[in-house]
Amino acid sequence: MPLNLRAAVGRAYPRVIGALREPSWTFFDVLLPLLGIAAYIYYYRALGAASSFEGFVVLGGAMTAFWLNVLWGMASQFYWEKEIGNLQLFLVSPMSRMALLAGMALGGMFSAGVRALSTLFLGLIIFDVHMTVEEPLFLAAVFLVTLIAIYGMGMMFASLFMLYGRDAWNISNLLQEPIYLVSGFYFPVRALGPWVSAAASIIPITLGLDAMRQLLFGEQALGLLPVATELVILCVLAVAFLVLARYALRYMERLGRKEGRLTLRWQ
Amino acid sequence: MAYALEVSALSRAFTGKQTVVALENVDLKVKEGELFGLLGPNGAGKTTLIKILSTLLLPTSGTAKVLGYDVDGEASKIRPLINMVSGGETSGYGLLTVRENLWMFSQFYGVPGSVARERIDGLLKAFGLEDKANAKVRTISTGQRQRMNIIRGFVTDPKLIFLDEPTLGLDVTTSRTIREYIRDWVRARDDRTLLLTTHYMREAEELCDRVAIIDRGTILACGPPAELKRRMNHASTFVMDTTSFDPAPLSAVRGVKGVSADEIESGKRVRLVLEDESAISDVISAVVSRGGRIVSLNKVEATLEDAFIEMVGRGLG
Repeated sequence: MPLNLRAAVGRAYPRVIGALREPSWTFFDVLLPLLGIAAYIYYYRALGAASSFEGFVVLGGAMTAFWLNVLWGMASQFYWEKEIGNLQLFLVSPMSRMALLAGMALGGMFSAGVRALSTLFLGLIIFDVHMTVEEPLFLAAVFLVTLIAIYGMGMMFASLFMLYGRDAWNISNLLQEPIYLVSGFYFPVRALGPWVSAAASIIPITLGLDAMRQLLFGEQALGLLPVATELVILCVLAVAFLVLARYALRYMERLGRKEGRLTLRWQ
Repeated sequence: MAYALEVSALSRAFTGKQTVVALENVDLKVKEGELFGLLGPNGAGKTTLIKILSTLLLPTSGTAKVLGYDVDGEASKIRPLINMVSGGETSGYGLLTVRENLWMFSQFYGVPGSVARERIDGLLKAFGLEDKANAKVRTISTGQRQRMNIIRGFVTDPKLIFLDEPTLGLDVTTSRTIREYIRDWVRARDDRTLLLTTHYMREAEELCDRVAIIDRGTILACGPPAELKRRMNHASTFVMDTTSFDPAPLSAVRGVKGVSADEIESGKRVRLVLEDESAISDVISAVVSRGGRIVSLNKVEATLEDAFIEMVGRGLG
């Protein structure tokens, strides 16, 4: 097995093991988000909204796991790695930096996937939400490309935030809640108007959610663009973020070596 | 003669509110197969030098070659050949076991699974950590963690390893185990090189083929420990136990080349390096005039520590 594949598997391992070995996450990452989902669902029920809106909420709630993982498990990750002394060991090793990020992303997708599936399953059972999967391959393609695109964005942020300590943490905090709104986690994003929707589409989860809503709830989803168009845009975003991540990482590592910011002063 | 490290006119400054010069015009050559020590007080520039040599930091000026490759332009050729371990590091993931952590880091160097397992088993045994192989890292003690870190450094079978204070804060038995392993590892093959920084003079004296004494970013002396001690022939070393007093002004007494002091039960143990023995009478007067009382005074044979005190003017710490 080539070095970089081994490295990616090695870096993914703690995340995969973490998801399986630490059952405490079920409370914090599944049961607590269900309370948030419940609040939206009862709100929609009280308003007499169409039942598909309850489906939007469950879908959005499940995808939240990936978004949170991208912010805290990717974008801010190098901040924590630097704090505990891992970053310098990663950078001294001969593996490609993209292999390191790919390992983080693959492990993150697995752990967030387990959380998302649990949320989806419980949401469907508890709230009796119905979804119809008429084009499973299309849905799988949209889901997969959405994941690649949002993790590609996370990889780019990880590179950019590599040298910034608490600033990275603050930016992740800043990105967390507003994205729930502008990306339409719990409602069709078209409701925000064409300009906000278009601007929010730079964040892949916006178009990914919109496309999945259309594929699961048909016309009730009030889609922003045709699904095929959204898939093409998502593909472009995925490639763009991955390429940007590669260059950003190379640039930031060089800058970090020059300015002495790859390690903490006491390390 | 092949050199593992060739450092020439190397300088590194950190700019910020104030510019701090961590290394200034450093020249150093370490031969392949050497166990080389870098001695210096806190802030002397040891860790900065290791960071440059391990490709984590770029020099401000000058050049550094590691195993024939330049740290600036050829870092990717250096990295497969080296590894580093710092004393007191907290690397790895607490939820993984010791064995899993070691395997993970070995994968970053592309070590095949079966080879990694074999090496990990051998190293766990050599460092007496077999019984903790399947313990989660967050449950093991500081000393066990440090042994795991050192194993991490050797599991990739580097040609050159940097050990930055590897025995810092460890108990006597663990330190001895580490020292024995280090010595055997270097001697086992001609092409293995080890650069060690340590606070413990005896450790450097016992282990190193050559040592460099560094202070304020400059190499003050470099050579085998015996040679550095020989340079002390013209000087005399005294050890004086006293009641409590402030020994700092002693360094200003005429004829005193260096002073180091440690706390002991009765007060202070002061180690003095004198240009000639006649200066001791002025030292005694200085101690008494500052309220100290001399409990014992002995002339001793010079050690590496005395060579260090003579060159730096103070002890480590």
